[in-house]
Amino acid sequence: MPDAAIAPAPEGAVPASTAASLGDGLVVRGIHAGYGEMRVLHGVDIEVAAGEAVCLIGANGMGKTTLMRCLAGLLRPYEGTVGFAGRNLTGLSAAARVREGVALVPEGRHVFKPMTVQENLEMGAYKRLWPRRDPKVAADLAHIYEIFPRLKERRTSLAGTLSGGEQQMLAIGRALMSRPRLLLLDEPSMGLAPRVVQEIFAVIRRISAEGLAILLTEQNARMAFRTVSRCYVLSEGQIISEGTSEKLAADPAVKAAYLGI
Amino acid sequence: MDGTNTLVQLVIAGLSIGSIYALIALGFNIVFKCTGAMNFAQGEWVMMGGMVTAALFGVFSSVGLAVVTATVLIGAIGLVSERITIWPVRRPDPMTLTLVTVGLAIVSRSLVMIFLGKMPAGYSGFSGTDVISIEGVTVQTQSLWIIAITLLFLVLMHFFFERTVLGKALRAVSADPQAASLVGIPSSQMLMLAFGLAALAGGIAGAIVTPLTLMTYDQGATLGFKGFSAAMLGGIGNLPGAVVGGLLLGLIETFGSFYISSHFKDAISFAVLLLILFMRPAGLFGRVEVVKA
Ligand SMILES: Nc1ncnc2c1ncn2[C@@H]1O[C@H](COP(=O)(O)OP(=O)(O)O)[C@@H](O)[C@H]1O
Ligand SMILES: [Mg+2]
Repeated sequence: MPDAAIAPAPEGAVPASTAASLGDGLVVRGIHAGYGEMRVLHGVDIEVAAGEAVCLIGANGMGKTTLMRCLAGLLRPYEGTVGFAGRNLTGLSAAARVREGVALVPEGRHVFKPMTVQENLEMGAYKRLWPRRDPKVAADLAHIYEIFPRLKERRTSLAGTLSGGEQQMLAIGRALMSRPRLLLLDEPSMGLAPRVVQEIFAVIRRISAEGLAILLTEQNARMAFRTVSRCYVLSEGQIISEGTSEKLAADPAVKAAYLGI
Repeated sequence: MDGTNTLVQLVIAGLSIGSIYALIALGFNIVFKCTGAMNFAQGEWVMMGGMVTAALFGVFSSVGLAVVTATVLIGAIGLVSERITIWPVRRPDPMTLTLVTVGLAIVSRSLVMIFLGKMPAGYSGFSGTDVISIEGVTVQTQSLWIIAITLLFLVLMHFFFERTVLGKALRAVSADPQAASLVGIPSSQMLMLAFGLAALAGGIAGAIVTPLTLMTYDQGATLGFKGFSAAMLGGIGNLPGAVVGGLLLGLIETFGSFYISSHFKDAISFAVLLLILFMRPAGLFGRVEVVKA
């Protein structure tokens, strides 16, 4: 695996046909990315099959958010490709990637604070409301309220007045309203009380069971191991380890670094 | 009784000029909320509203038709202006955008001067009669039209921002541009929409105020300044604040020029702006946003 980290430059020029041959899932190849002179990712390869739940584990500052931003189209990598469901997304804007079925729940939640809970959810379905209205949006809204009864209770409250846990639920609900086929979650547990984290992960497991592909990032792998089937370990901008949750959970090095044992 | 009549007349005059300031301030705030930039072209759109209506009035010889056509045209000019000046600036930080709008303002003013001339433009109001007297109160009919049209425009804007998908999307962009792009809202199209709406508000203000004040190609900066003062008064970026700020400024100015001297009309706005900047930089209604970590 570490070999992949030093992906040669031509890897960046993978044609769309390569992505197409890799089926319905997410295929990330040779991502080099950063902020100007500040290079953060040094050739990252990951894959998420359709319907699979995968976690990217890494300590603070290792580049998890940077990678998520590249996948969602918020950051243009120096090199590398992002393919999803046979399509090459590399050149697409964040807004265009939503239409391709990729939705990101960003680190820090980023709900629309001066808007109501319901308006936030509607905005999640923006592409399905404008310019043409998809009649299934109402049913999806009801489904989100069924998953998160708390949001239904607070649907007329301004999002800025919600607790951190409620905002995280809203951010997830908003992302789901676009009917994604791949949900990206960047540290969904950040800053939340353990009991709330349990709740959030229960929901993630439920969504995963409904068949949605999930890629999430975490610093602490304990909760993630019980939710996903496979993990990557990101360190200093490279994937240093990869495997099933069981395998990684048994790895002494991983235990020490990411389970706090 | 005479004193009361004067008071009522002043209030109506103040509210009508205040309505104009409110419309201009609204335009300022719409662009500010979406970009963080001060749009220096806002006043030029007001000027264009009056100048273009005057030119069209020569063609249509119907004030109503000329006003509606000119307003729509100015709205379209706002859209186009965004596409050719703001859009090409790929990394729109507020300072750069503000500077770009300064250029846009200068170009707009020059174009109007070249194509529509330097002469003051004017046309009659919406009603045949200029003034009406009710119970001893003499009012300019155009003042009543201004108040009514502004009210209608504000109701429509409120409906747009609260009830339509596009209006909500515009609010989403101003609340969190990055999150907006993550739900698929194309921020560049929203910016264009914001400029179009701001121009529409400016254009209609110019089109309905010109029968009272006349208009020349170089009046945009003053009008923009009044709108900016109104926006500061109500709290920059605060849409309802723009309305209250505009009406207040109109009243202060009208009462001030009546009781002190009409020579000080513009100086009064400047004094109000300075006072606000010194004492309440967030505006009369400025408050901390409802936010939780
Ligand atoms: N906007 C930015 N500009 C410059 N450097 C950044 C920026 N965002 C993150 N970094 C740096 O990139 C590195 C990786 O950050 P990040 O991807 O946020 O890590 P993680 O999500 O794993 O905590 C860190 O060293 C961080 O300081
Ligand atoms: Mg992070």
